[in-house]
Order: sequence, then C-alpha cells, then structure tokens
Amino acid sequence: MNSALLQVDDLHITLQGDGAAFNAVENVSFEIGRGEAFGLVGESGCGKSITALAVMGLLRRPLSLGKGRIVLDGEEIQDASAARLRELRGSRIGMIFQEPMTALNPLSPVGRQIAEMFVLHQNASWSEAMDRAEDALRQVRVPSPERRIKDFPHQLSGGMRQRVMIAIALACRPDLLIADEPTTALDVTVQAEIIDLMAELCAAKGTAILMISHDLGLVANMCRRVAVMYAGRIVESQAAEAIFATPRHPYTKGLVDSLPRLGERSLRGQQRLREIAGTVPSIAAYPSGCRFNPRCPSVTDICRSTAPDITTLAADGLVRCHHHE
Amino acid sequence: MKWGSNTWVGGSLVAIAIGVAVFAPWIALTDPVMDANLMNAELPPSWEFPFGTDAQGRDIYSRICYGARISLTVGVVSQICNSLIGVTLGLTAGYWGGWWDDVVSGLTNLMLAIPSLVFALAIMAILGPGLVSLVIALGLTSWSYSCRIARAQVLSLKSQGYVQAARILGYGDLRIMFTQVLPNILGPLIVIATLGMGGAILAEAALSFLGLGIRPPFPSWGSMLSEARDQIRAAPWLSVFPGLAIFFTVLGLNLLGDGLRDLLDPQSQTRRA
Amino acid sequence: MAWCGAITMSDQLPDTLLQLDDLAVHFQVGSALKGGVKTLKAVDGVSFDVKPGECLGLVGESGCGKSTLALAIMGLIPPTRGHIRLNGHELSARQRMETARTVQMVFQDPYASLNPRQTVRRTLADPLRLHGITNKTEVEHRVMDMMDKVGLRRDRADRYPHEFSGGQRQRIGIARALILQPKLVICDEPVSALDVSIRAQIINLLLELKDEMGLAYILISHDLGVVEHVSDRVAVMYLGRIVEQGGWQEIFEDPRHPYTRALIAAIPDPFHRADARVARAKAHGEIASALNPPPGCHFNPRCPMKADRCVSEVPNLEAVAPGHRAACHFRNSAA
Repeated sequence: MNSALLQVDDLHITLQGDGAAFNAVENVSFEIGRGEAFGLVGESGCGKSITALAVMGLLRRPLSLGKGRIVLDGEEIQDASAARLRELRGSRIGMIFQEPMTALNPLSPVGRQIAEMFVLHQNASWSEAMDRAEDALRQVRVPSPERRIKDFPHQLSGGMRQRVMIAIALACRPDLLIADEPTTALDVTVQAEIIDLMAELCAAKGTAILMISHDLGLVANMCRRVAVMYAGRIVESQAAEAIFATPRHPYTKGLVDSLPRLGERSLRGQQRLREIAGTVPSIAAYPSGCRFNPRCPSVTDICRSTAPDITTLAADGLVRCHHHE
Repeated sequence: MKWGSNTWVGGSLVAIAIGVAVFAPWIALTDPVMDANLMNAELPPSWEFPFGTDAQGRDIYSRICYGARISLTVGVVSQICNSLIGVTLGLTAGYWGGWWDDVVSGLTNLMLAIPSLVFALAIMAILGPGLVSLVIALGLTSWSYSCRIARAQVLSLKSQGYVQAARILGYGDLRIMFTQVLPNILGPLIVIATLGMGGAILAEAALSFLGLGIRPPFPSWGSMLSEARDQIRAAPWLSVFPGLAIFFTVLGLNLLGDGLRDLLDPQSQTRRA
Repeated sequence: MAWCGAITMSDQLPDTLLQLDDLAVHFQVGSALKGGVKTLKAVDGVSFDVKPGECLGLVGESGCGKSTLALAIMGLIPPTRGHIRLNGHELSARQRMETARTVQMVFQDPYASLNPRQTVRRTLADPLRLHGITNKTEVEHRVMDMMDKVGLRRDRADRYPHEFSGGQRQRIGIARALILQPKLVICDEPVSALDVSIRAQIINLLLELKDEMGLAYILISHDLGVVEHVSDRVAVMYLGRIVEQGGWQEIFEDPRHPYTRALIAAIPDPFHRADARVARAKAHGEIASALNPPPGCHFNPRCPMKADRCVSEVPNLEAVAPGHRAACHFRNSAA
C-alpha cells in the first residue's frame, strides 16, 4: 500500500431529517501523508466539520456514516468498534475545536485534563502524569506552567485555553491532529501565534495535521495541500501555492477574487469586489447537477442536470467542474 | 395561523369550563344552595343526581356547575392581577436597573420568603371572607415568580442588537420595553400565568377550607374538595367530581397557554407550515 | 496632550461631522466587599474627527474599546471625560431624536440584531412613524425604496427575520440604519458573522450606499483586508488608546507603531510564507486585560522593540508625517 497515513475514500454522510434523508456529505475522498499538513476549506454548512467527526467516529444521530472507507495507517476504521475507536482517539488521532471554553471541562483543573491523557492511554500513574502535564504546558509556551496546571479553564484567556487544548491533543504524540477552526474565536495576533505553535509542534513530533477552516488564506499559508468543499462535495484540491495563484473551480476562483487582500488597493485602486451571487444552499435544498450552478458565472445546461465528475490535475490535484480552467 | 393540537384541546376544555360557568343556571338541575334534603345525604351517582349528593343532600352536579363561576373567576382574575404586577415590576426593574431594581428585587425576595398562602391568609383575615377579598388576596401575593422571570429575561435581552438598535433609532424606554422586549419574553410568562391559575384555584380551596374563602353553603370546587376530605373512601364521589373539574380546567389552561405561546411565536408558525 | 495642530479652530466648523475630543469611558467594576472597586478604562483619551462622506476604519482586537467607543458615540453610554460633537453641537441625551437622524449603527450579528417578532416592513416603518412621518403613502414609499436600495425583494416585506439568510438579514439591518437618512453610520464588524462567499456582496453594498447617499462611515473591524479596501483614514486602537492614525496608504504601507506592524504581520499571506521580516514583527503573548493594563505604553509586554523607557513613560500620539501620527517612542525608527 502507499504510505498515506489517512485515506478517506468515497465518504458519504447522511442526515436524517423529518421523514427524509439528506446527503450531507457525498463522495469525499482525500489522503494525508505522514507528517503532512492538509487543509480542508469551506463555508459553514459545507460539511467539513462533520467529515472530521466521521474520521474520529464521532457522528451521532441524526448524522450517520453512509458508504465509504476510512483507512488509518492501513487499518479500516469506518466500522471499527466503539472500544477500538476510543483507543485510537487521543493516542493516534487528536482533535482540537473552535471553542476552547466549551471543549474543556470547566470543573477540572487544566493540568488534570492534560494528565488524563497519559493515564488513559499510556498507563501512567497520576503523579507521573501531572509532571508530564507540566512539561506539556511548557511545550505549548504557557508561562509559569507549574502554577498554571492548577488553574481552571475560566481563569485562562482564550489563547491560553487553546494552547491547553493543543497540549491535550498532542500529549500522546498522535499521528494525526485534526484542528476544526482552532483560531476563529481568537484575536488576530493571538491567532498567528497559535498557528505558528501548531505548525512547529507538529513538525517536531512528525504529526500530520488536518486543518479545517473557512479562511482560505490561513489554510493556504499553513498547509501543503488544500481541498475546497462546497455543499457536501470536494470541488477542488491542489497544492497550497497553486490554489491561490491558479484556482481551477469557479467557486474557489470566486472566493479568491472576492476577498479584499492587503496591498491590492495600492496596486489596482478601490475597485468593486468581484461578488459571488446568491447564497449558500441549505442541506434540504441542494441544487441538482453541480451544486454550485445557481451561483456560477460559467453555468450552462449540463451543469444543471449532471453532477460533474472528478478531473485529475497535475501534482495530485483534482477539480470537479464541467468548465474548469 | 395554524392551530396546533395543544390549542384545540386546551381551548376546548377551557371553553367548556367557561360555558358551564356562564350557563350554570340553565344546565344545573337544582339550586346549589337551597335544594338541600338531608334525606338525600351522601347518595352515590344516579339518574336523579348524576354526580351524587353531598353531606347536606345537595346535588353535586349542580354545585359543580355553579362552582365553576367561583373557581374560574378566582383563578383567572387573580392570576391576571399577579401577572400584571409581576411583569411590570420585573420588566422595569430589569430594563432600568439601578435603585429601582434594588427596590424591586428586595420586595421580591421579601414576597418569596413569606409563603404566599400565609400572606393571603393575613389579608383575608383583615378583609373578611368572600369572593372579592379572595381575589384581592390571591391577586396581590403571588406575583414574585412572574417578576423574577420577567426580570431575568429582560436582563438577557437588554444587550441584544435590536434593543440597542431601537434606542439608537430614538425609541423611548417605555416604548422599547413594551414593543421590543415584552413580545419576546411572553413565552415563559404565559406558561407561568396558566400554572398560576391552577395554583390559585387550589389556593382558594385551602382558604375556603380554613373558613376564610368561600363560606358554606356557597359552592366552590375547592371548598367542595376540602369538605369531602374525610369521606374519600366512604363516599368517593364527593371528592372525585370536584377534583376532576379542577383537573380538567387546570389542564385546559396549561395546554391553552402552551398553544398560545406557540401561536405568538412567528418562528414556530413557519416551521409547522 | 499633543495634537500637533491637527485640530484647529477652523476644524470645529460644521465641516467636521463628528469630533471626539479626549474621550474617555471608564467603568467601575467589583464592589467594596469583593476585593475592592477597580476602574476599567475601556476608552482612555481618544480624539479624532470624521468628515462628511469619509470612511474611517477603526482597527483593534478584543479589549481595545472599539465597541464601547461606538456605543459612546451613539449616545448609549455616557462618557466619563471629554467631548463628543456632532455637527459642532455637543451630544446630549435630551436630543435623542435628532441624534437618531444623524448617527446610526449596523451591528455585527445579523441573527441577534433584528426583533424576531417584527416583520421587515414594521422594522423599517416604525422608526419613520416615530420621527413624525405619519402619511401612510410616504411611509410605504420610503420603506419600499429602502428595500430596493439594499437589494431585498419588495414582496418579502411581510416576512419575519428567521425566514431570511444571514446576508439578507444584514441587508435588513443596513436598511434599518439608513431609513432615517443619517449622515454617519457606524458599522461594527458588518461582515464578520457572514459566510465568506457573501462578504463581498455586503462590502460592495456598503460602498455603493455611501456614494449614493453621501454617508460617512466608521468601520470597526479586525479584518485588515476589509479595512484597507474601504477606508479613507484608519485609526488603530489598543487597550483604550489610539496607537496610530493616518491615511489608509500610510498605515498599511508605512506603519510606525509596532502593534500595527504586528497586526499586519499576523495576517496569513499565502504568497509570502515564512518571511523573516514578518516573523520579527509579530507580537508575542496575550492581550492584557483592560482592568490591569501594563504601565507606560500598554503594548510593552508584547512589543518586539520594547525598551526601559516604554515601561516608565507613556508615549504620546505624535506626528511622523502630516496627518500620520503614532504613539510610540520609536515611531521614527525603521521596523
């Protein structure tokens, strides 16, 4: 087999609504190599977060896994038992979330929450685990870690809490770190620090990252390859430099063109931003054919009737469009 | 506007109760007070006396029909009074804050510390028994819940964008309170009101039993229930029928309250439509 | 307070729409029983003006006081010190109605900023009626006209907010802010809560309306890309103070305050990964609490250029070029 750490193949996730089942995520496939940083970009409701949950085996009703394969280091885990998944979570796959305040236990000191990882997955004793927890806090650059291990989450700032989350997720040196919008709730300057920290630690420990965000710039800056999702499907996937410079799918192109970037006004003056018309479709009302068709500037009849196939591009890229560039 | 089952069922029960109260003179079989024949004391239900007779030989069915007037009046009027007081105090205290909030909160704490029934008792003792005193006493002593809830809701809504937007647009405080905030806090307040009506009906029972509410021989569901306490095994119909009357009326009020709350919420409208 | 002649007598004529003069908003937090009363200096000596038709971008992160500043300008929070002048007149609570016709606000969260129990029509018509326009035809005409301007379909006027998407709700919010035809609109993070693919629509709309209706904006945002695109002038705030102020080009191309440089460096630029100069400019550590700001220059604990002087002496907002001011002891040094 190849050396991919994580292989997601033709993933489908179903959402059970009032009497009808909706395809929340359809035909999603991607691969993450060992130690690689991979980005999954899309707006709210596109299915990126639930894809991550599916990889962790954390889907709950009304969401459920349809067909598809999830292979972690050669082992198929989409049908794994609850016990096996519990073993994997924390020790092989770590995850950090957007809202550290709700992801941390408000009643437990942060040191203890980190130490739990060592006790659960590595059979450490509590005292040993607490020492290692202090070390972990030092690694994520929390000042005065020996005092901080006794603090409760509410005593820490947002950036600090996110560092604690990173410490917990990376405690047992997992092979893969899934980060779901980890910096969206943080201030801009703190964001930059957290991203740098994550990149550094993962590089040092050889941990691969699956970075999920709505911020294409952030993801393109941090990851080696980026996949763009829209309405439950991956519409484009390319190397990070390429996705900004030469986007192939009209949606990606629209995103890149529509967001004002620093330095553009000096070059081109205050021009009207190129809009993407329409609104993001809700899951119950996905358009037929290509789901982007109501908003696409290059739409033709075939787009409305047939869902486009995947076209492979150079360097492991792909695009899903009848009229890709 | 679509009516859910809550509104239909609740509304029907309440409508029946109101109908019974209004048309009591026509649907009752006998005079509830005067037609007492000790020869007929404590007879089980029969064709002549559909719900049986009480210890005084009076027809329970007729007494229930007339009793509806008392219980509904007490329940509804006193609760409306309580809600008006509680919501006004809570709304203004939460919105304006400051010393007014301190005063209202202090007063609310005082009211909550004293069991409302005891308070009502004290007022009844001063005013003497009777329907009017009953309504006044119950109407002035149970407003703390609505006040608390209203205040808490206002505090959480105060910083919502649309309340600030209204201030910025030049709306005055009172206008904001009554057109922007109040419609958005009605949900729990309606539920409290309907629960309160049930509570008032039961409070009337207690007070009447203590001789301070409706005095015999006038019928009220509560006093009928109280009088029948000792006979539950020997003559169950004495308590069952007034009990059922209270049960269905309070149930109807609660369901109607739930239904109204949903009716008034535009979001639940389109979700069902 | 060194203003370097930026505000002179002639600038106080109605030529200036909004004038803030050493504005401060302090809150007392805590109580004598719980560890003493502390002063939260949310806004601590802010001065700037906004001319008619101009867009001032106000940049800052959490705790910088920009939201408090917005509320103070709107007249919702009384200032502790300083003056707010609209069209030359001091802002006063008694002239609430007139203020409403001059300054309005667009809020960040389109989901919380509309009354869920009011139709669009009512949300737009009520303020008109409140301000004395009682003629039904005229009210209807203005409501419909405003809906057209913001790109909402007229036949949806009797719908409730929850029937609209986030972007459409924000359009309703904008319509509400403009229905009284104000001269100044404060836009508090108008696109942060919206989906990325529709932000451009709303930004374009705001710019169109600005030209069409001759509006001045104060755009509050942490998104520097948006601020650069939309603003004529920019002010950067940190923990209640303005640390740098100037034209948009000056601020973004020649930032003189380390915090401004740190903000710019923090933006992930996919075309310049791991640039050493960028790395040096980044700020480290956490934003301090406004309750306990660091002594001297508030930014000193995080500043890559920190020196002893920064802890002992508060730097003033002084000119580095005409119209460009920075509050840093090293304002004239290279990055």
